[in-house]
Order: sequence, then C-alpha cells, then structure tokens
Amino acid sequence: MAKHATPLLDQLESGPWPSFVSDIKQEAEVRAKNEKGVEYQIPVDVCDDLLGVLELSFKHGRTHWKHGGIVGVFGYGGGVIGRYCDQPEMFPGVAHFHTIRISQPAGKYYNTKFLNQLCDLWDFRGSGLTNMHGSTGDVVLIGTQTPQLEEIFYELTHNMGQDLGGSGSNLRTPSDCIGSSRCEYACYDTQNLCHTLTMEYQDELHRPAFPYKFKFKFDGCPNGCVASIARSDMSFIGTWRDDIRVDQEAVAGYVGGELVPNGGAHASRDWGAFDIQEEIIDLCPTGCMRYEGGKLEINNRECTRCMHCINAMPRALRIGLDRGCSILVGAKAPILDGAQMGSLLVPFVKVEEPYDEIKEVIEAIWDWWMEEAKNRERLGELIKRQGFQKMLKACNIEPVIQHVQEPRHNPYIFWNEDEVEGGWDRDVNEFRKHHLR
Amino acid sequence: MAFVSSGYNPDKPMEDRITDIGPKHFEEFYPPVIKKNKGQWLYHEILQPGVLVHVSETGDKVYTVRVGGARLMTVTHIREISEIADKHCDGFLRFTSRNNIEFMVDSEDKVRPLIEDLESRKFAGGSFKFPVGGTGAGITNIVHTQGWIHCHTPATDASGPVKAAMDVLFDDFKQMRLPAQCRVSLACCLNMCGAVHCSDIAILGYHRKPPMMDHEYLDKMCEIPLAISACPTAALKPTKVEFEGKTLNSIAIKNERCMFCGNCYTMCPSMPLADTEGDGIVLMVGGKVSNRISAPKFSKVVVAFIPNEAPRWPSTTAAISKIVEAYSADANKYERVGEWAERIGWERFFDKCELEFTHHLIDDFRDPAYYTWRQTTQFKF
Repeated sequence: MAKHATPLLDQLESGPWPSFVSDIKQEAEVRAKNEKGVEYQIPVDVCDDLLGVLELSFKHGRTHWKHGGIVGVFGYGGGVIGRYCDQPEMFPGVAHFHTIRISQPAGKYYNTKFLNQLCDLWDFRGSGLTNMHGSTGDVVLIGTQTPQLEEIFYELTHNMGQDLGGSGSNLRTPSDCIGSSRCEYACYDTQNLCHTLTMEYQDELHRPAFPYKFKFKFDGCPNGCVASIARSDMSFIGTWRDDIRVDQEAVAGYVGGELVPNGGAHASRDWGAFDIQEEIIDLCPTGCMRYEGGKLEINNRECTRCMHCINAMPRALRIGLDRGCSILVGAKAPILDGAQMGSLLVPFVKVEEPYDEIKEVIEAIWDWWMEEAKNRERLGELIKRQGFQKMLKACNIEPVIQHVQEPRHNPYIFWNEDEVEGGWDRDVNEFRKHHLR
Repeated sequence: MAFVSSGYNPDKPMEDRITDIGPKHFEEFYPPVIKKNKGQWLYHEILQPGVLVHVSETGDKVYTVRVGGARLMTVTHIREISEIADKHCDGFLRFTSRNNIEFMVDSEDKVRPLIEDLESRKFAGGSFKFPVGGTGAGITNIVHTQGWIHCHTPATDASGPVKAAMDVLFDDFKQMRLPAQCRVSLACCLNMCGAVHCSDIAILGYHRKPPMMDHEYLDKMCEIPLAISACPTAALKPTKVEFEGKTLNSIAIKNERCMFCGNCYTMCPSMPLADTEGDGIVLMVGGKVSNRISAPKFSKVVVAFIPNEAPRWPSTTAAISKIVEAYSADANKYERVGEWAERIGWERFFDKCELEFTHHLIDDFRDPAYYTWRQTTQFKF
C-alpha cells in the first residue's frame, strides 16, 4: 500500500514511453522491502514522500521546493545544491533533499562495476534517485541530507576515485560528443580535450571565483551533437581546412542505388530513388559541387563544411585530414538579455596535446571576463556590452573577415586616438585663424 | 537507521582528504572494440530504427542499440541497465547527450538477442523500460530539466509533460519517416537549463504573474539591492512599507514592466511568482544547433500560452502533434522544421499547423525585436 495516494501521477504509468512514476514506485517498494538489508542513512520512505510532494504539485500546478541553502563539502564551493521542501511536515522524508553533481566521464561511457558502485553508495546514503544525466552533463544524484554530504564525498573520492561536478559561479562540468571514439565525422578527440581541460581547471571547477557560470562543450564536427554552439560560453567545434576526401566509386554506389543514402536515416518512408543532383548538389549551401560524367567535383575552397554531403553519403565523402577546431564564444540561454548563439573567435586551431594554444585562448578570455564582467554577467553579455573588438584585443587575436557574417551596418566606428594621424589634441586658436568665429 | 561513518573525521576534515581528482578517465570505460578502433571509423549505417553499425578501417564493426529512457531514473533501474550490459555487452554501455542509453556489441549475432531482451522488459504500470529507437529522421528523446520534482523556479513540470509528449510521439521515436531529425526539448522556466532555445520544437514553462512581495520577511531573507539589480527591465525599486506598526525595508514592483522571468525570485525567496492559473507552457519551433545546410537557428514562439494541464498536458501534446504532422506532410527531404517554415513562409506555417497568430508573438524585447518585423513588401496573403 502506497504511503500517499497519487491518482494524478498514476495516470503517467500507462502509455509506451518509460514511466518515471513506475520507476520511482519500484524504488519505493525496493526500499520498503529492503531485501539486501541496507542500513539506509536517510529515511526509507523518501521515494514515497517524493511521489507525495510531486502529486501535490500536480494538484496545485506549483512547485513545492524552496531555494537551496548554503550546503556543500569542505573546501569546495560547488557540486552540491541545497534543496528543501516547503511542506516538510507532510513529507518529512524529503524535507531536506540536496542534489549532488558528479563529474561524468568524457563521452558518458561506463562500465557496470562503476555504475553498481555508484548505485550502492546512493542507495545507502541517498534517495536512490538520479538523473542520467543532467543538462550540463553531470550524473545528478537527487536527494540526500546534510550529514551525508561529507560521507558521500569521502566514499566517492576514496573508494571510487571520483570527484564532484560544478555548480554556482564556476566552471561547470565540461561535456563532449562521442567524438572519434565511435564517429567517423569527429575532427578531433573530443574526449581527450574534454578530460584534459577538466583536469587542468579543477580549481576553477570546484571553487567559484567567476562572475557567473562558465561552460565548455566539445563538438567533434559541425553537426553539433552536444549543442555547444547554443549553450556553452566556449564552444569547441571540430572542422578541417583541406579537402573533403572523395571516393568516386562509392559516389557511383549511391547514385546507382547500391548504397543507402544518409546512412539509412530516412528508411521508414519511400522517398524515391536517391537523386544526387536534387539531394546533394542543389542543397549545397555554397553551390560548390557538381556532378558530371559520373564524377563528383567539389570546389573545396568555397566549401563551408556544413556536413550535409558527408552526412548524406558517408561512405563516399569523408572529412579532410588537416583537422582542428573552431572556437566560438558567448552562447547562453535566454535569461536575461535574450538567447545568444556562440560567435566565432578562433576560426581554426590545431587540437594537439598538450593543447597550449587552446589554453592560451581560454585563459585570456577568463582574464578579461573576470576583470570586466559585472556580477552574474555571462561572457556573451559582456561581449555585447563592451563590443567584440575589446574581446579580440584582450585575447590578442587579429580581426579577420571570418569573425563577421557581414561588415557593420553603421559608420559609428570608435576610432582609437593612435589610429588617427596627429592625435586628438589640437589648438582651437590655430583652427580659428582660418575659420572665423 | 544508525549513522554509519565513511571514515571521514569531522574533527579533522583535512585528514586524508582527496580533492580535485576530476572524473574517471574515459578510457577505463571504453568497450574493447571502441578502444581498439577509436579514430579509425570509416562509416556508419542505421540498420533499423535504434540500431547502428559503425565500420572501422580494421574491418571491425560495432553494433549499437539505442534505447530511450526517462532521465530521472532510480538505482534499481540503473542496476537493471548494468545487468543487461553484463549479459550482452561485456559490462560496458554509454549514455547519449539526449538521455538515451546505448548498448554496444561487437558482432551482428549478438544484436537480435539484445533487442529482444530490451524490448521484453516493462514496468509494472505497463510502459516499456527500454524502447529501441531514437535514430535518424525521427524524434529522439526529449532533453529536459527538473520541473516540480526538484526545482524551486519552474513554471511547469518536466518529467510529466515529457512522458506525456513522448507517449504521443512514440511512433516517431520508433521509426524514421520524417524529412529530417526533429529535436524536442523542454525547459521548465526561462533559465532554460538545456538548449531548448535552439530546438525544432521547444516546450517552455512560463510564469505570467509578477512576484508577490512577502514584505514581513523580505529584508530578513534577502539582499534587497541584489534582488533589485537582478531585474532585467528595472521593474523593481526599494521601498518602505508599514507592517504591524513597524517600518520595514522592502521592494516595490512596477507590474507592467515585469517580464515574468523570475530572476528576482532566484535572488530573493520572498518574491514568489508561481501561480496555478498564471503558469503554463510556451511552444517554440524552428531552432537547430547543427550547421548542416543552414546556420544554427533560434526557436521562435508560435504558441504564447497553454495552461498546465496535469497530469497529461493534452493541449500541449495535441499542438506538438499537429506541428509534427504538418511538417511531416509538407517539408522536403532533409529540411528541418525551421528551414521548412522559412521556405514556405511563416504565414503558411501558421496555416498548416492551424495556429492562431496573436500580438504576443510579435517581438518587443529589445534590439533583436526590430530584426523580426517584416521590412519588405514581400509577404503572402
């Protein structure tokens, strides 16, 4: 018999998609039975109370969670988010219900030994509820109490060799796409860069010293599977600067219908025979391709590497060999000044260990942002407030045409004095000799 | 429930303390076939919805079976995932950025038993535990935020509407009939923990009532200047109020300037704005993050408000369904929702999706607004 009646939530148990309600109920039951004899360190009925409070929110159409207090582990300013229920007497099991962020491994690969260890720990010292994963990328452990925080941290670090993730005004846990580990489009090893920078900047990740949050994300190619261009202050997107590699035989294979276009991604509908002119040549955004006499030609100098032809004919076309990444900066979600997409700062940099060139850009950006930004001002907002040029100067990067979509729409150029011959100090009397008052 | 120590000594917190060790090294978690062939992959193919094969220069192949999952999952569920990975995949698996789970095997004969095992598992309530799908030109898992399960600022729930929407969109998770992939995301408030602002279809929780001032507690709970400076539209100012014979410092709000972002509430718990009738859902469409063919785009607001209809949000899911069907019927192959809307014109988009255009949908927020008004005589009747 469930502790709280949940007639509204129960309606989310039917339907084909995995039901989180069924899952939480299953956990509530496992805890109640406790067949393994776990000495639960937080209330056994925590899952029942979570369902109870959620049911109340479904009834009220309002959340029943309060702001976090200052909770955390000694020496870190992030990784734990305090959370308290605003109906603690009705739902004592979740009265204190803090979140712990666990820095996920790059690429989100796991072995079951690690996952089971994490489950054992979270069973024992927490609610047994998680997010696999949070939006930023961390494993999120939802719901424990203050006395457990240091204990969990101790066990994580001592028994599992695992650290917390970021929260607050610090470097948030970086995340990456699957990269070259299982994708032929990856222009660099996203996992290695993600992990290396995560390790390099542990201090920035754990001890909030920034004006606001700061995110890194690593996309191996312009397809952008981790959405870095939309949601990271610094977005590292793989690209190349030589030629797309063409296998003319495979092109013929696609044209002849022996190979399935788009890796089979359109298989559930009959779109008719593959038409290279219509589906590839005509859709190329720069018109830099042609197909004549059974041969595909690409004018690579005009290619902007949008990935369409490669995505559509993966066995015939491959990314170039002179690879690296573009760095874009300033993306963020809407709050407060509207959404911003990342803006191109570094058109191309080689991605080679020990990544010194990349670190130089990161550190120059941080120096500028930490010096100039207001409290809770994201990098993108600072760039807008002070102007793109200020950032270029701070990073010691020369302006290039690639930085803009098009040149400015107005002539209101903020000339520097040293750019204007003779400077700005002039003698008005000298001027008046030729121009009477 | 006796307290069990981990070994941590609260009197000597620095004793044996281990810090700054970061995440586990990713290589520990690579399945052998991934470790061996990293950087050598030649091409991939989707064999059926949810099943991919990647072929390496070495001749090796890795078969991936992708399954959907609620991102909110329990340790019992994770243990079951581990059990499946132990049984079929030598104890390895991975998660995707859209909360799917990927089971990988190194030969084709292992694929069928894995799929059969996954598809046979159901929750007590009847839903699938591990539906196979989410690849190619279809709808994959909805990325989302915490909602009422764990957050203090939401204007809608997250897991609930996502479950309801995925039930409605389930066929498109299981197949690849759409013109291109269609990415659906949900954020339960304007903070948008997640990239819903660049999604083909975005479900966004939104408040519509200005905060209430809890004058009695405000000055005790909050840094008034911080709360005031958090307001993007300068709707807040310091004030003094009379309360039970005392003069208290507090905050006054100019309601007509409020954009309902809740940023003040984040800074000050004494200014709650959640409301049963006020809160609900905004639908946005046409965003993307990929650079394929056209540049990444922001999503645009096409439905200004839908009430929260717990537990299954039927008006929201019906509107989404209508958009997906209109897109499926009308867009060209490879066209994302936003590219389709731009080609046919937003006039036609509203017709085809049977959406009403109201004044709420004309941008009036700062500079970018101007660039969304029509500055040409080219339009469709």
